Amino acid sequence: MSAPVTIRIQQEDFDTAREIAALSEGRTDIGAVVTFSGICRGPEGGDDIASLTLEHYPEMAEAEIKRHVDEAITRWPLQGVTVIHRFGRIEPGQNIVLVVTASKHRQAAFHAAEFLMDYLKTSAPFWKQEESAKGKGWVEAKAHDDAATARWTK
Amino acid sequence: MKVKYFAWVRERIGKAEETIDPPSNVRTVDDLIGWLTARGETYAYAFEKPQVIRAAIDHAHVKPDAAIAGAREIAFFPPMTGG
Repeated sequence: MSAPVTIRIQQEDFDTAREIAALSEGRTDIGAVVTFSGICRGPEGGDDIASLTLEHYPEMAEAEIKRHVDEAITRWPLQGVTVIHRFGRIEPGQNIVLVVTASKHRQAAFHAAEFLMDYLKTSAPFWKQEESAKGKGWVEAKAHDDAATARWTK
Repeated sequence: MKVKYFAWVRERIGKAEETIDPPSNVRTVDDLIGWLTARGETYAYAFEKPQVIRAAIDHAHVKPDAAIAGAREIAFFPPMTGG
């Protein structure tokens, strides 16, 4: 069967256990599920942040994520993929992003989850603004994220 | 065509979107950045380092030399920091 794909861009939180169940319940063809949860970190560069606010480009975000999910499905034998990315105000300890990949064997699910996260970081149209005691500031893109993405094109 | 701005590009320009009608000698994304820069201080500030600005045409990432002919929506934004 073809891999079921769920992509959601939403303000509200998600329930990781429920998303895993939605992908794998009642199926016997899945042997491995890998999940990655991105969580808002409090300490950042010596300061404690009060919140992150994620701005996004709604019309492009879903299309861009879909392109990379489709590529992951052509690169690895996957049995299902779920990607959820939140926008709006998020506080330390709260969820930002979820990637769930399912496959027959673990390697495909591990690789695909990492591939999707690397591309989400560098090409999904989201921008984080941090708020701390020092005020508000846009988070700068990190060179190591670009390097992590580049290794998939080698 | 419609132009959209995000994150600090949006803040510096002071608007999220607008409709523009550049002259025909503005052919590429790079040309458009140059044309917008000449519109005023806020644009010049937003595009002061054009090499860090990313662009998308009709919801797909493009390089600075991409042609803008036929584009319905062009977006300018800083490097992405999602995930």
